Amino acid sequence: MGEITYLEAIREALFEEMERDRDVFCIGEDIGAYGGAFKVTEGLLAKYGEQRVIDSPISEIAIVGAAAGAAHMGMRPVVEMQFIDFLANAYDMLTNYVATARYRAFLPCPMVVRGPSGGYVRGGPFHSQNPEAGFVHTPGLKVVYPATAEDAKGLMKAAIRDDDCVLFFEHKYLYRRIKAEMPSGDHVVPIGKARVAREGRDVSVITYAATVWKALEAAEQVEKEDGLSVEVIDLRSLAPLDDEAIQRTVRKTSRVLIVHEDTRTGGLAGEITARINESSFAWLDAPVLRVTAHDVPLPYAPALEDFVLPQVADIVRAVRALAAY
Amino acid sequence: MKKGSRIEGLGSGRKPGIGSGSSAAGSRPQTLDPRPSSSLSRAQLLDLYYWMRLTRTLEERLVALYRQTKVVGGLFRSLGQEADAVGSAFALERRDILSPLIRNLGAMLVKGATPVEILRQYMAKGDSPTRGRELNIHFGDTDRGFIGQISPLGDMVPVMAGVTLSFKMRGEDRVGLVYVGDGATSTGAFHEGFNFAAVQCCPLVVIVENNGYAYSTPIAKQTAAKQFVDKAIGYGVPGVQADGNDVLAVYDATKPAVDRARAGGGVTLIELMTYRRKGHAEHDNQSYVPPGEIERWERENDPLTRYVARLTGELGFGESDIAGVDQRVRAEVDAATETAEASPTPAALDALIGIYADPPAEQPLWFREGVRSAVDTHERAQGWGTFDTKPASGGD
Repeated sequence: MGEITYLEAIREALFEEMERDRDVFCIGEDIGAYGGAFKVTEGLLAKYGEQRVIDSPISEIAIVGAAAGAAHMGMRPVVEMQFIDFLANAYDMLTNYVATARYRAFLPCPMVVRGPSGGYVRGGPFHSQNPEAGFVHTPGLKVVYPATAEDAKGLMKAAIRDDDCVLFFEHKYLYRRIKAEMPSGDHVVPIGKARVAREGRDVSVITYAATVWKALEAAEQVEKEDGLSVEVIDLRSLAPLDDEAIQRTVRKTSRVLIVHEDTRTGGLAGEITARINESSFAWLDAPVLRVTAHDVPLPYAPALEDFVLPQVADIVRAVRALAAY
Repeated sequence: MKKGSRIEGLGSGRKPGIGSGSSAAGSRPQTLDPRPSSSLSRAQLLDLYYWMRLTRTLEERLVALYRQTKVVGGLFRSLGQEADAVGSAFALERRDILSPLIRNLGAMLVKGATPVEILRQYMAKGDSPTRGRELNIHFGDTDRGFIGQISPLGDMVPVMAGVTLSFKMRGEDRVGLVYVGDGATSTGAFHEGFNFAAVQCCPLVVIVENNGYAYSTPIAKQTAAKQFVDKAIGYGVPGVQADGNDVLAVYDATKPAVDRARAGGGVTLIELMTYRRKGHAEHDNQSYVPPGEIERWERENDPLTRYVARLTGELGFGESDIAGVDQRVRAEVDAATETAEASPTPAALDALIGIYADPPAEQPLWFREGVRSAVDTHERAQGWGTFDTKPASGGD
């Protein structure tokens, strides 16, 4: 088996799960005949037919709500948001209905809502967002955001098999830029477990999704130029957060940088900082720092987008500041 | 109280009397009443009254409990709307699923919800159907065939589209019914869900209860459409309007729509004309209602009064049949009240259970565990500063 892309890994997971379980079906806008805006679902219609690969009207409320209704009855829907930005259109259905269903009504909602997320692609304000924080904040939802092709496949399979609603963020910058050989067999990555993307001693960078790769690049650079040993933690799962992995790296290096592509205020970095403060304050040798997007809607022009989003040089600067503290 | 025994009338398998004109060639024109309700048995006709009376008596009991401050939250009445809830739910089979709205207590009762469950819900008891997590009639049971609503209006239309989509995908012979009020028709969820169900030809009946008001907003401020049933045209589905205060007319409007959905014909919109005689909830003084309007509906168009007249008139029931039902309902509500009042309040820690299937529960936060402060129990590093040895696990 050769290497496949992040996007192909997601597609492979969808094929395998639809093959394994007849209750799994896909629903979304332009996912059937067209194969989806990014072709993630290409080939599914030909193999599984219109009953299980449903081209929906442009109705995010309806497809998320209908997925919930079908999930109550034992189906396992996989909903595509054409762009994850459109989760906002289904915000009420996800937060008020889906997230509360098990708690208030003992109704299971085993469903996945997936879609292309993130910037660095000149997508402008409505095709570049990272709206994960609002959903991480909502009890009852699970949120994953893989950075590697292996995790994209393994987490998708875990998400489909999970008995609750999982929001599956796919980074569109990574879709065709990274490749990996898939582990053999039934490759499932458990939700809620972070991954050490790079071992290090001096500074920890806690991050997820596309900025994992930026952090790795920065780590290489400061190792060469400064002799610093940087550990990179890829969270993979944002809800639930892997507190153990966070504590382990904090207590190992005592200097922590949190990096995310989402905007700063109310972003995940604030929550992680608070948890570190509560659990591991005495281990810290420096204040926890954040490298995030600026608090602005994401602009289109390369000069603007590149300025707003976190870059390798920003991470390098922050790591050096922590090491020197 | 025996669950289920009182809903035997549901789905007795009687074929509705279809009109003569469409019968096979050569058959004689018949004089059969074409209305489905003409095929209801006498027991079923009396059942309809039972469910309406139970709805009203139960709500009257809730008012008494509300005034005694035993109802924890608000109280929502369906006074004057009992016929539309009962008559429509009565057209479903046991295996079918409905999603009620706040004024469809009667539909839930027909589907097997019990008075004691309703009372426990309102009184926030630990053994209520939602164990104290949700209010009033916001609860469901897919086995008995009803799914609880949530407060954002219109949301149950997409959800029921999905429920019925699953029936279609699995080839199940089941139908869904979802209630919305006149106000919910203005929501995006209503539109998206309705359109989706229509496009997918889901076996779904959508009932718009036009009771005149959404909270304080009259229908003239809700829509420029002359009538809600007109909206069916835009979705490409049949629309039917019926007198929501005539329980048999409601049944007669709903039954063909249910049959049609079951036969693969897709969605039907039914507008039931009724009137909300109480406020949005018990606290609402209805100052926005023109003088005399409520009284006129009470006097001239009460669904129970009308049905009793029908039963004791053309349908040939005796006063004693009616009195028998009334007595049975009173006894049942009395017994349910006694049981519900004796129910325990929920254990506080139950609040942390079952947000997810996995993990099964959240942990109480430190300040609820009798600890003076987070710092008191805070794990300390053995020495201030960097060290490479693995610390003991735990913390928080």
